[in-house]
Amino acid sequence: MADELLIRNGVVYDPINGVKGEKKDICIRDGKVVDSVTNPKVIDAEGRVVMPGGVDIHAHIAGGKVNAGRIMRPEDERKGVEPKTKVCRAQSGYSVPNTFATGYRYARMGYTFVMEAAMPPLAARHTHEEMIDIPILDNAALPLIDNNWMTMEYVKSGDMDLLAAYMAWIIKATKGFGVKIVNPGGTEAWAWGKNCDLNDSVPYFDVTPAEIIKGLAVANEKFDMPHSIHVHTNMLGHPGNFEVTKDTYDLVKGVKASKDRQVIHTTHTQFHSYGGTNWGNFESKADAIADYINQNDHATIDIGSVILGDTTTMTADGPMEYSLYQITGRKWTNHDVELETGSGITPFLYSGKVSVHTIQWAIGQELALLVKDPWKVALTTDHPNAGPFIGYPIIISHLMSKKRRDESAEDMHKAIFDRAALPSIDREYDLNEIAIITRGMTAKALGLHEHGKGHLGVGADADVAIYDMSPEERDAGKIQKAFLNTKYTIKAGEIVVKDGEVVATPPGRTIFVTPECDDKLTDEMMVTLKDKFAKYYSVTLNNYPVQDAYLPNPYEIKAPWRS
Amino acid sequence: MVEITDVVCSLCGCVCDDIVLEVENNKVVKVKRGACSVGKSKLLGHERIKSPMIRENGELKECSYDEAIKKSAEILYKSRRPLLYGWSSTVCEADKVGVELTEDLGAVMDNTASVCHGPSVLAIQDVGLPSCTLGEVKNRADLVIYWGANPAQAHANHMKRYSYVSKGYWTAEGKKGKKLVVVDVRKTMTAKMADVFVQVEQGQDYPVFSALRAILQGHEDVVPDKVGGVPKEQLLELANMVKEAKFVMTFFGMGVTHTGARHNNIVNAIQFTRAAHLHTKASIMPLRGHYNVAGINQVCTWETGFPFAIEMARGYAWYNPGELSATDLLYRGDCDAAMIIASDPGAHFPGESLKHLAKIPVIQIDPYANPTTEFADVVIPVAVSGIEAEGNVYRMDNIPIRLRKILDTDYLPDEEILERILTEVRALREKEGE
Repeated sequence: MADELLIRNGVVYDPINGVKGEKKDICIRDGKVVDSVTNPKVIDAEGRVVMPGGVDIHAHIAGGKVNAGRIMRPEDERKGVEPKTKVCRAQSGYSVPNTFATGYRYARMGYTFVMEAAMPPLAARHTHEEMIDIPILDNAALPLIDNNWMTMEYVKSGDMDLLAAYMAWIIKATKGFGVKIVNPGGTEAWAWGKNCDLNDSVPYFDVTPAEIIKGLAVANEKFDMPHSIHVHTNMLGHPGNFEVTKDTYDLVKGVKASKDRQVIHTTHTQFHSYGGTNWGNFESKADAIADYINQNDHATIDIGSVILGDTTTMTADGPMEYSLYQITGRKWTNHDVELETGSGITPFLYSGKVSVHTIQWAIGQELALLVKDPWKVALTTDHPNAGPFIGYPIIISHLMSKKRRDESAEDMHKAIFDRAALPSIDREYDLNEIAIITRGMTAKALGLHEHGKGHLGVGADADVAIYDMSPEERDAGKIQKAFLNTKYTIKAGEIVVKDGEVVATPPGRTIFVTPECDDKLTDEMMVTLKDKFAKYYSVTLNNYPVQDAYLPNPYEIKAPWRS
Repeated sequence: MVEITDVVCSLCGCVCDDIVLEVENNKVVKVKRGACSVGKSKLLGHERIKSPMIRENGELKECSYDEAIKKSAEILYKSRRPLLYGWSSTVCEADKVGVELTEDLGAVMDNTASVCHGPSVLAIQDVGLPSCTLGEVKNRADLVIYWGANPAQAHANHMKRYSYVSKGYWTAEGKKGKKLVVVDVRKTMTAKMADVFVQVEQGQDYPVFSALRAILQGHEDVVPDKVGGVPKEQLLELANMVKEAKFVMTFFGMGVTHTGARHNNIVNAIQFTRAAHLHTKASIMPLRGHYNVAGINQVCTWETGFPFAIEMARGYAWYNPGELSATDLLYRGDCDAAMIIASDPGAHFPGESLKHLAKIPVIQIDPYANPTTEFADVVIPVAVSGIEAEGNVYRMDNIPIRLRKILDTDYLPDEEILERILTEVRALREKEGE
C-alpha cells in the first residue's frame, strides 16, 4: 500500500491558507499534507473542486439521548436501512442513523471531523462507546457543565478559580473537549418542572443563568482552551427570544479570550432569533442577530438551519422538549441527570405549509446570508434537531443560489414574504465561502486548525474532499448532488470514499482537551466535590471518570493555565 | 489480604458500585460493605462449569477451548437460521461482537428483554419515556410508587440506595420525609413497608391507570366506585398524593409488563406519568433485572437501530417482535440452531418453545451450569464479568458503569470467545469459497 498520494489538477479551496479556487496539487505522505512526494499513487482531480475534509462544529451523533431517540423511533430506523457490504456494516436510520451509517454518510459528504455537541458528564462513557463505533470520523464531545450544582455553587460564591478547577476536572474526567452550556439554570429548574429566563433565579441555587454564562466564560479563558464556551442560550424556540440571545452576547463582551478566537459561540442560532410575542405574530429577527454579529467580534454562531420533513429533536434543554411535545402531542422521552443536566426527545415535522416552520426555515439561511463575514458563521442543522445532517447539501445549494431559494419559497407558506427577510436577500455564497462555513471557520472556532484540521497546509491532516463538480457549476441541483456524495474522500491519507461509495472504514480518533489546573486549587475543589459524591451522586467518585479503555485512538490537546 | 473498594456488582440492574471486598490468594474471602445478600453470594463465588464440553452420544464430554469454539462455529455456519439469544449478563464489549456475529451469519438476535421489559420497550416506542437517573430520585422524590414490583426481595438495595429509604439533597430525612405507595396483587414484603398499599385485581392494572389519569385530568366524575378491585376513595387519595408531591417517581416491574394488557399497561403507566406532570414533576422507570439488560438494548440499538428481536438475513436489521422474539421463533420451530449466552432460557422459556430448543443444536456460553446446560450440545465456560473480567454495563437508568476485574482466571472472557467463533466462521466461509 502506497503511503504517498498526489491529488493532481484539482481546484483547491483552502480558506485558512488563503487559497481561493487555485489549480493546485496536494501532496500526502503518512497521513499528512507535505511539500512533495516521490512515488505517489495519483488521483487526477481534473478540475474538480477540492476542499479540506469537512469539520462539523455541532451535531448530536452519539450518546444517551441519541440512542434514546433511536429506541423510541423504530419508524425512523427502518427509513434508512442499507445492507452491509464487503467493507460497510449494516445501516439503519434517517434522522437518527445508527453509528455506522453516521460515519459513512458524513464521509460521503466529505466530512472527516464531527463534534458531538452535548455529553452528560455522568453518562460520558456512553458517548465514548458510541463514538468508538462511528467509523472514519475524528470526533470529540462537549460535556455539559452549566446546570451542575458545583458550577452554580461556585458562581454564587464568586470563586472563579475554583470554578475553573471544577471545569478542568470535569473536562478531564469525561475526556471532553470544552464547555457546553444548555439552557443554564433552566434544566436544573426543569428537575422541578420549571424553566428559567436569562435573569431568573434558579430555584434553590440563588444564581441566574446570566451569572452562570459569565462565570463559565471567565473560567474557560483562564486556560488556553482551543474552543470558547459553546452556548445554547435560554428560551430556545420562544417567540421574542432574540433579545435574550443579544443579551447573552453582551454578558461576555468584556471577557478577554485566552487565544485568537471568539469568547462565545452560540449554537443553532436559528432557534434563538425569533421575534413576535406568540405563534400568531411570530417573525424572523435574524437581521437583529446578524447586525449584532456584524458589529461585534467576540461572538460566532452556527445557524441550525431547518430541513423540511420529519426529524427527531433532542436536547439537554428538558423544558423545551416538554413544550414541543405539548404542541405536537407526539411521543416524548425525558431523562434528567442528577446534579448535572437533563434531556428531552420528541419527533417533529417541519412543514413548508405551516407559517412558523416556513419562517424558521428562512431564518437559518438568513443568518448565513446576513452575517457579512463568513468566518463568524458555521453551517449546521443542529443535527437532528432542525433536520438530519444529510440535508447539508440542500442548504449549500440554497446559499449558493438565489434562484433555488426563490423556487423553494414559492411552494411554501406565504408568511415567508412578510415575516421573514429571505426572499429579499440577493447574496449568493461562492465556493470559498462554503469552504469557510463548513471547514475553515469551524476548525478555527474549535481551535482545531492548530491540530491539522480544516486546512491543507503542509503538516495538516491529509483529510481531503474532492467533489464531482467544476467550480463554474451554477446549477443548484447539481451542486446539491455533488456535495451529497464526493468523488473522493480521503481521511488521514487513506481513500475512504470513491465515486460516492465507502471503500474503507478506518477508525477515527477522539480528540480531548486536558485543562491544566494548579494542584492546590484542585485539592481545594475536590473537598467539595467529594462531599457531593458521598452524599448526592448515585455512583462513587472512583467509578466516575472515563477510563482509558473508552478512547482506543486518543489525541490529547493540553490547555495550560493562563492567569 | 487486600481490601478492594468501589467494586461494581454484576448481579441486578441496580449495579451497586460501592462494594468493599477482601481478597486473599485470588479469592474473595469477605464482602465487607455495599452488597445485598444475593450480590454477596455472587461475589463470594459458587460452583462453575469446569471445562468446555461437547455432547457425544447424549453425554457432555470435556474438551479444549479450541475444540468447543471450532464446533460452535461449525454449528452456526451450517445453520440456515441461527438464533443468538441472551446477552444481558455480560458486558457491552461482548454484546458488540455478538451484533457483528449476527450480521455475519444473517442470524436472528434477541435478548432477555424480550421476555422481561420487552413490553416496556414497545410502550416507549408508542409514547416515549419521561424518566431520570436514580440519583434524581434519591435527591428529590418525595412520593415513590412501586407498581407490580417487589424490590425488597428482587432488587434488595434499590430502596436503600436510590429511592424510599435513601437520603439526598432535598430528602435529608430519608423515608421520614417521603411517602411510599405499593400497587400489587398481593401484600408483598415491599407492600408491608408502604404508607399506602393498593391491592389491584390480577390483570386489572390498565383500568386502574386509566382511572388515575381521569382524576388527574379533572374527570373524577367518570370514575366508577370501584376500579380493578380498588375503591374510588383510594384512587382519589392516591391522585391527591400525586398532586401534593414535589417529585413523583414510579418504578414498575414484571407484575405490570406481563399481565392483562401487557405493553398497553405500560403505555398507560407512562400516560399516567404524563398526567401527573400536569400537576408536578413526575418520572417513571422500569426496574430492569439483569445487570446489563439495559446495555444490550443500548448496544443493539446504536449498532443496528433496534433494541431487540432483530434479524440480519436481509443484510440490514429487520425488527419484528412477535416474529423474531426468541420464544415466538422457537414456538414456531423457525430456527435450526441456537447460541445461548449469559442467560438461561431452560429455566424461563415456555415449555412449547423449549421443546424446539431441545431438538436443535445449542451452544451455551456461561460461567455457571443451569437448566439450559441440560440440553446444550456445546458448553463453553467463561470468566465472570465484574469479578474476573472488566467491561461496560448500563444500570437500569442507562447510566454506564465499568465493571472491574478483581481476580485472575484461566477462563476466557465472553468477548474473546465470541471473537474467536466469528473468526472461525469467517474461515469456514473462506474455505468454501463463498
